[in-house]
Amino acid sequence: MTMEFSEHIKTANVDDVVLKLPLRPALKGTLCVTAHHLVFSERKEEGSYQLLLLLRSVDAIEKRMTGLSGSSGTIVIKCKDLRILQFDIPGMEECLNVASSIEALSSLESVTELYPFFHRPRELSLSEPWGLSSPQQQYAQTERLWDRWRLSKVNRNFSVCMSYPRTVIVPCAIDDITLAKAASFRQGGRFPVLCYYHRSNGMVIMRSSQPMTGANRKRCREDELLLQAAIDESEMGYIIDTRSAQQAQQARMAGGGFESKAFYHHWRRLHRHLERGKVLQESLIKLVEACGDPSQNMDRWLSKLENSKWLSHVHSALSTAGLVAECVERDGHSVLVHGFEGTDTTLLVTSLAQLILDPASRTFRGFLQLLEREWVQAGHPFRQRCAHSAHSHARLRQECPAFLLLLDATWQLGRQFPLALEFSEVLLLRLAQDAYASDYGTFLCSSEQERCALQVKENTHCLFQFLLRREEREKYVNPLYEATDLAIWPSVHPQSLQLWTGLFLRWTEYAQTMDEAREEIWTIVKERKETDRPKGCAHTTLSRHDSFTNVENLMDELTVL
Amino acid sequence: MEHIRTPKVEQVKLLDRFNNKTTTGTLYLTATHLIFVESNVPGAHEIWILHHHIASVEKLSLTTSGCPLLIQCRNFRVVHFVVPRERDCHDVYSSLLRLLRPVSYDELYAFSYNPKQNEQQREVGWQLIDLTAEFERLGLPCDQWQLSDVNRDYKVCETYPRDLYVPITASKPIIVGSSKFRSKGRFPVLTYFYQEKKAAVCRCSQPLSGFSARCLEDEHMLQAISKANHNSRFVYVMDTRPKLNALANRAAGKGYENEDNYSNIRFQFVGIENIHVMRASLQKLLEVVGTRSLSVNDYLLGLESSGWLRHIKAIVDAAIFLTKAVTVEGASVLVHCSDGWDRTAQVCALGALLMDPYYRTLKGFMVLIEKEWISFGHKFADRCDQLDGDPREVSPVFTQFLDCVWQLMEQFPQAFEFSEWFLIQLHEHVHSCQFGNFLGNSQRQREELQLKDRTYSLWAHLLSEQHNYLNPVYSPSFAERHPVLEPSTQPWNFKFWRNMYHQFDRTMHPRQSILKHTLTLKESNSKLEDTAHTLQAKLQTLGVSTSPLELHSWSREHRLPPRPQSLILGAPLSRKEAQQEEEVLGEEALEDAPDGNGGERTVEGSSATENGYGELQSSFSSKNEPAMVSLEFGVARMTC
Repeated sequence: MTMEFSEHIKTANVDDVVLKLPLRPALKGTLCVTAHHLVFSERKEEGSYQLLLLLRSVDAIEKRMTGLSGSSGTIVIKCKDLRILQFDIPGMEECLNVASSIEALSSLESVTELYPFFHRPRELSLSEPWGLSSPQQQYAQTERLWDRWRLSKVNRNFSVCMSYPRTVIVPCAIDDITLAKAASFRQGGRFPVLCYYHRSNGMVIMRSSQPMTGANRKRCREDELLLQAAIDESEMGYIIDTRSAQQAQQARMAGGGFESKAFYHHWRRLHRHLERGKVLQESLIKLVEACGDPSQNMDRWLSKLENSKWLSHVHSALSTAGLVAECVERDGHSVLVHGFEGTDTTLLVTSLAQLILDPASRTFRGFLQLLEREWVQAGHPFRQRCAHSAHSHARLRQECPAFLLLLDATWQLGRQFPLALEFSEVLLLRLAQDAYASDYGTFLCSSEQERCALQVKENTHCLFQFLLRREEREKYVNPLYEATDLAIWPSVHPQSLQLWTGLFLRWTEYAQTMDEAREEIWTIVKERKETDRPKGCAHTTLSRHDSFTNVENLMDELTVL
Repeated sequence: MEHIRTPKVEQVKLLDRFNNKTTTGTLYLTATHLIFVESNVPGAHEIWILHHHIASVEKLSLTTSGCPLLIQCRNFRVVHFVVPRERDCHDVYSSLLRLLRPVSYDELYAFSYNPKQNEQQREVGWQLIDLTAEFERLGLPCDQWQLSDVNRDYKVCETYPRDLYVPITASKPIIVGSSKFRSKGRFPVLTYFYQEKKAAVCRCSQPLSGFSARCLEDEHMLQAISKANHNSRFVYVMDTRPKLNALANRAAGKGYENEDNYSNIRFQFVGIENIHVMRASLQKLLEVVGTRSLSVNDYLLGLESSGWLRHIKAIVDAAIFLTKAVTVEGASVLVHCSDGWDRTAQVCALGALLMDPYYRTLKGFMVLIEKEWISFGHKFADRCDQLDGDPREVSPVFTQFLDCVWQLMEQFPQAFEFSEWFLIQLHEHVHSCQFGNFLGNSQRQREELQLKDRTYSLWAHLLSEQHNYLNPVYSPSFAERHPVLEPSTQPWNFKFWRNMYHQFDRTMHPRQSILKHTLTLKESNSKLEDTAHTLQAKLQTLGVSTSPLELHSWSREHRLPPRPQSLILGAPLSRKEAQQEEEVLGEEALEDAPDGNGGERTVEGSSATENGYGELQSSFSSKNEPAMVSLEFGVARMTC
């Protein structure tokens, strides 16, 4: 433990602490504060319960004096994964010390002080690859891109766009100088880049930030050229603006703006208003508050659920993504998606559209790659957005649950197409947890540039790589998965959307019966696989066809006889 | 047939109520069904609507394309036809008006329905559910409870069954006296017996107490019920009505038990609303969810203001109260409402379902419905509007019960042997009047109608295709671990039952069904084993030793009969299956065909246009977009 950490720890160990967890009887044991964890061990000879809580996952902490003349204290810890724990600590001083340690250590500012930089499990080595793929690999694997699209290293020093990766995919016809000029016309330098290529018709989805047209309708030839080059002469494309038309107009006053029809002849702009930032964060807070209120009747619950507007946000996200996918698949046109900065709702929409369209992104690995490409590498500011979750009393700064909204919308897709996703709800829950506090470095920082500067990849382990290890993977797979190469169009009727109880009521209602039912489905599927597969055969790849022949052989034998 | 003026109308358009999809076809009117057959499509799509299912027919004002006819069904199907000629429309309309309001029981479908069974099969079908055996299963009669013959000839209470179980100390004069003090003569009788604690669930109607009347026999009767249970010194009396309603009833000479007059009772109101409130609530709910382009907020607000889930929760809460009193306190409970055939049936049936795992099996659930609903005289004919009657008597009381059961299924996925599909089938047939079981208002009436000789039993029909209704994750060991279910009553556990109220709205449904998938997997597992065994046995008889040969396989020939076409069971499972069905249905494949070759198609019939994500069509000039319009109507092939 380095000096800085130990400074924060005045009382490292407290005995006779009572831990109250949701849906469990109270436990008595020892509480220990370390640099990155809160450790609670039940005082029992065997089979004792241990709790290891990452301090980073503490969202809010409340303390109060209890006992006669305040001789003891109670600490309530509200975690970013929405769990609520309570510790009853004998001794007021101990209680205050523990509380202040938790407060200090859960909100360390410096990224390199965070636990991922210290997490060194025996089975993992830092020399293993970090990340699943790069734009180079994506490009190399998509041969059909090569005609009209190229890899550009214009951003190799992060000088053109701070929040983009070093390499991006752009139209062949546009050289790096033009790109740099176009970038200067887009907020944060986020010029239009390719994020998805639709194999069946060669159409693409691109994303960017808003153009900086400003109040006097500035234009930028290079930006216009770039967009023109993305589509053929005769074709046209759609711009899905995730702001309302009014918001886009108003943005001009602040130097932003939108692509005017006069200068972007072949592009049609559609506005789809998605909430962002503070509004989303407040929506999450209201929803979590509603879910935590145990004493309510039906009407109050429904009105609170409505009032939180969370399901409306899920609805807008899915239907906008559906619209993008519809443009590409049914209408046969390329699409550019952006809002303001192009780092939140834009990514939400482009990644959901890919889930709808692209069977590859629905596999376990493919989904993680999608998240890596569209969120981690594309510069979603995880560090700011996921600094706090729904319980924090801290003044909101740039928190926004855009990523959580993506996971929720993905969950809705999984509900509507229970066979189409290779991963299960358990993976989504794991990602929801790790985005806010993690042992791994994947969701640290807000951009590739920051990750490079802090040497995140050299000094932390990669969550995605870890999840893909065979023994981990098993926990997160959907037993019912059957690959399909078709698009999955979600129903966006309000009646088809549901509250994600697995996340929001995870700790209030123990869904044991649900887990058991899930187990049962697993058993049925496994039985199925076993009956399907000749016993004693080492090859796991044997298909139906092979077992078919067995019976056929048997039939032949019968006929011969 | 004399009511049918125009048996066939061509070029009728069918409009989807949630999107702009239109289908053209021919409308046929038969003595029992209204049938719509899509035209010009191989393997055309057909809609069969039983007249009994039609709740209302409305002729809307004439439009340029024809005369619209809006039909709302009791199974929540809503169809919107546009008939080109006004006269045809009027003919269909007036024929339907007559056909959907049968004036006598003889006109009901059950009396003409013939499933190709012989007399013996019919008889066997009616014997499948035996209530005497059920009471035996409960350990009755016993030292405290006896079978009474007081109602053998329906003389004491004509809406009760003939066989009734009462405390041994309740003599005939007490019973008769009590029955005279109870609304419609429905005196307290046993309906469920919890053997472990010797506690009984009894049911009756409200006492005719008015403001001060009392009846010694009735007081004796309750005393007898209390004494029959040595575990508890008192008996709970659950009045399932809101207190205000019970108070109001006193003015009409009815009311509730005065605790001062009855020794050893604990009186409790539980506040379930009456049939009129429930009818209005469902109507409001259907109005809300039937709205086109409904926003999430309006949906949630509508759900709240309809009060439907509040009512569902009230019933479940009452059943939980009943269950706790019986299983935890070991007390007997007497349940009543006004007449004791609506709310009482709901609460007693749901309580029994919570207490006894047997009722959570397929057969047990049939027994439960036979007992609590059919035999004790829930007025199915009135509540489900089987004959042209008083609209104020119609109410979704049984639908609510099914809804409550579904809510429990959602909380306990492994507790029920049957799936929601079974509940939906039951709902279908309570209204279909295709089988005799639910006809009429009471057992007596059913006997008079000679239903067992003239109609078929639904139970036999359902059992014959029970493989369709099984819950693949049902676990008998779950029942052992949780003999009594303790559902959570947190409001978020009560959900809108989309698969019931939108069962015919294809765009609402998940495109893939876990239920169907696991069911098929499970069936194929056991099928494979069977095949293996048969083949092995065959070889053995032929004298071939087959020990190491592996026999597991998946054969397409060895399959159960196809499942009924249902949106709830989801669309085809695998792509292969999807293709097969598309070859038959044609329409789906065309609709989703891309305008290029070798492109991606859409999964399992889900389609972008139906979901209405955007305003694509309007935002483009038609010059640029010839493909869009034609795609929608499934003539993509012509434009490619």
